[in-house]
Amino acid sequence: MSTETAAVTVGPARAHLVTRLLRRPEVGAAVAALVVFVFFATVTEAFFTPGGIATWLESASLFGIMAVAVALLMIGGEFDLSTGTMVGSTGLIVGMLSTSSGLNIWLAVLLSLVFALLVGAGNGLLVTRTGLPSFIVTLGTFFVLQGLNLAVPKVVIGQVAVQGMEDVPGFYDVRWLFGSVIQLGAAGLQISIFWWLGLTAFATWVLLRTRPGNWIFSVGGAPVSARQTGVPVFRTKVGLFMTTAAAGWLVGMLSLFRTSTVQASTGVNEEFIYIICAVVGGCLLTGGFGSAIGAALGALIYGMTYQGIVFAQWDNNWLKAFLGVMLLGAVLVNTWVRRQAEAERRKPA
Amino acid sequence: MTLPASGTPILEATEIGKNYGGIVALRDVTTTVRAGEVTCVLGDNGAGKSTFIKILSGAHRHTSGELRVDGAVRRLASPREALDLGIATVYQDLAVVPLMPIWRNFFLGSEPSRGKGPLRRLDVPFMRRTTHAELLKMGIALRDVDQPVGTLSGGERQSVAIARAVYLGARVLILDEPTAALGVKQAGVVLRYIVAARERGLAVVFITHNPHHAYPVGDRFLVLNRGRSMGEYAKAEITRDELTRLMAGGAELEQLGHELEHAAPPGSATERIAEQLTDPSPGGA
Repeated sequence: MSTETAAVTVGPARAHLVTRLLRRPEVGAAVAALVVFVFFATVTEAFFTPGGIATWLESASLFGIMAVAVALLMIGGEFDLSTGTMVGSTGLIVGMLSTSSGLNIWLAVLLSLVFALLVGAGNGLLVTRTGLPSFIVTLGTFFVLQGLNLAVPKVVIGQVAVQGMEDVPGFYDVRWLFGSVIQLGAAGLQISIFWWLGLTAFATWVLLRTRPGNWIFSVGGAPVSARQTGVPVFRTKVGLFMTTAAAGWLVGMLSLFRTSTVQASTGVNEEFIYIICAVVGGCLLTGGFGSAIGAALGALIYGMTYQGIVFAQWDNNWLKAFLGVMLLGAVLVNTWVRRQAEAERRKPA
Repeated sequence: MTLPASGTPILEATEIGKNYGGIVALRDVTTTVRAGEVTCVLGDNGAGKSTFIKILSGAHRHTSGELRVDGAVRRLASPREALDLGIATVYQDLAVVPLMPIWRNFFLGSEPSRGKGPLRRLDVPFMRRTTHAELLKMGIALRDVDQPVGTLSGGERQSVAIARAVYLGARVLILDEPTAALGVKQAGVVLRYIVAARERGLAVVFITHNPHHAYPVGDRFLVLNRGRSMGEYAKAEITRDELTRLMAGGAELEQLGHELEHAAPPGSATERIAEQLTDPSPGGA
C-alpha cells in the first residue's frame, strides 16, 4: 500500500482532516457508540467484563449483519421490509427439510439460500421493472412470507416451530460454521460476531473501492444520471435486493444453529430495527449517502443498549423509547453534518 | 480512441423519425455530423430537439428512417452502446450525482480498475490525479477533488461533464442546452469549450434555442419546428438574422400579423398587436 500513498501525495491536495472527518457518514454513530459504551460501563458492573462484552457483541452482530446489507440497499435508494421475515423463512425451510423430509442438512442450507436469493431477485425485478416504490413491493413480500411462515409449517410438520434439530445427522458439522464459540482470552465469542466484522469490512471494501460500490452510490443518488453514464442500474438494484435477502438467510442460519430451534415469528418486526441502525449509522433515507461501518456502529449501539438495559435491570420497554430518540437524534445530526459539508463551498478557496 | 480526419462524417441521419404510440414527435430529419465541426440543432420548445438527441445518444430508438454510425446502419439500444461507439452526451441535468465526490463522478460508469479476480479494485490514485489534471486543462483549479459535485457552481459542473466526456474518448459530443441555465459570462466559458472540443477534432452536436449562442460557434445549423426539419444550412448559406427568423417561425408570425390587420378596425387594440407582429424592430412589446 506504500505505492498508493506515494501516488496520492503528487496528486491533488486533500481537504483538512476535520473537513474529511465531517464528510464521513459514520462520525455521528461513532461518537454515539462511545457515549453509550462509557455510560453502561460506568452504570453497570457486568457491562465491561469479558462475559458482558461477549453478550452485547453477539446481540449487535445479528442486527449488524442485516443492518450492513440494508445500508447498502438504502444507499442504492431502496427499502426492504421483508428482511426480518426472511430470517424466519430460511430457518424454517432448513428445519422442515432436515427434520421431516430427512434431506441432507447441507443441501437444506443450500436450498434455503437459493430460496432467499430468488425472493430477493423477485423483489428487485418487481421494483425495477414496474417502477413501484420498494416500500410497497417489499411490504407485500413481508406479508406473503409472514403468512407462509405460519401456514406451511402447520401443513408440513403440524406446528409453527421446528424442534429436534440436534438429532439431524450432520447438525454439529454445520453448527461449526454458524453456531460455534471462539474463545478469546476470558471471553467466549459467538462466531456470528466474526461473520458481522468480516461482512462489514467486505461491504466497506465493495462500497469504497470497487466499481459496483460506485454504482450503488450513483443509483441511489441520481438514478437518471447513473443510467445516462452507462451504469448498469438494473443489475445493481437487483443485486442489492439479493444481498439483503442473502443476509436474511445468513442471520436465519446463525440463529437456527445457535439455538437449534426456529419459530414462525422469528425475525418479524425486526426489519425496522435494521433500518434504524442504518440511519443512525449515517444512511440518508433518500439514498446516495451512507456507510457500512456506520450501519455496523448503529447495530453496536443497539446491541449495547439492549444488553445494557438488561444489566442495569431496568424495564426492557425503555429500549424502544431509546431507539426512537436515537433515530430522531441521528437524523438531526446527519442533516446538520451534511449542511456543514456543503456549506464549505461558500468559504473562499 | 483515434479521431478521424476533420470533415469525415461520423453520424448520418436520413429521414429519421420517432412516434410515441400514435403521436409523431419527430419526422423526416436529415443531417450529417462531421468530425471537427459543430452542428447546431436549433428549435423552440417542443420542436423535437430532445427527441432527436435522445435517438443519437441511444436513450430512445427511432421508429422510421435510418441512422448510420461510421457508415454502418445502427439502431442504438442504450446509452452504453452509444458510448462504446464514442458518442457521449452531456445532458441538461449533466448526469452527475450531487452527493458523490468529483473524482467518483468523473469516472462514473467507466471506472478504471486494477488488480485481478477478487482483488480487482478502483484505481483511486489514478482517478484522483486524472480528474484534477483534466479539469485543470479546462481551466478549473480544484482545491479538493473529494468535494461533492453538488458544491460546484453551474458552470463548473458543466465543465466537469464536458471534460469527462472528452476524456472518456468521445468522438461525438452531444451537448443538450448547455448554456440555457447559465449567465452571460458562464455561457461564454462553455462556448469556448465547444470551440476547444472542435479544435481537438471532435464532432460537436450543440442543442440550443438561442441563435446568438449557436451562430458564433456553429458550422452548420439544423432547424427544427414542431417535430419537422426546417432545413439544414452551412454557415455560409445563412445569416444570424435569417436563422433567428427561421427559428421563431418568423414567416408564420408575419402571416398572422397581416391577417389581424385586415380583420381589425383602425385604431383598435387588435390593430396595434398586428402592427407589432409585422414590424420586426425591437421594443414593440
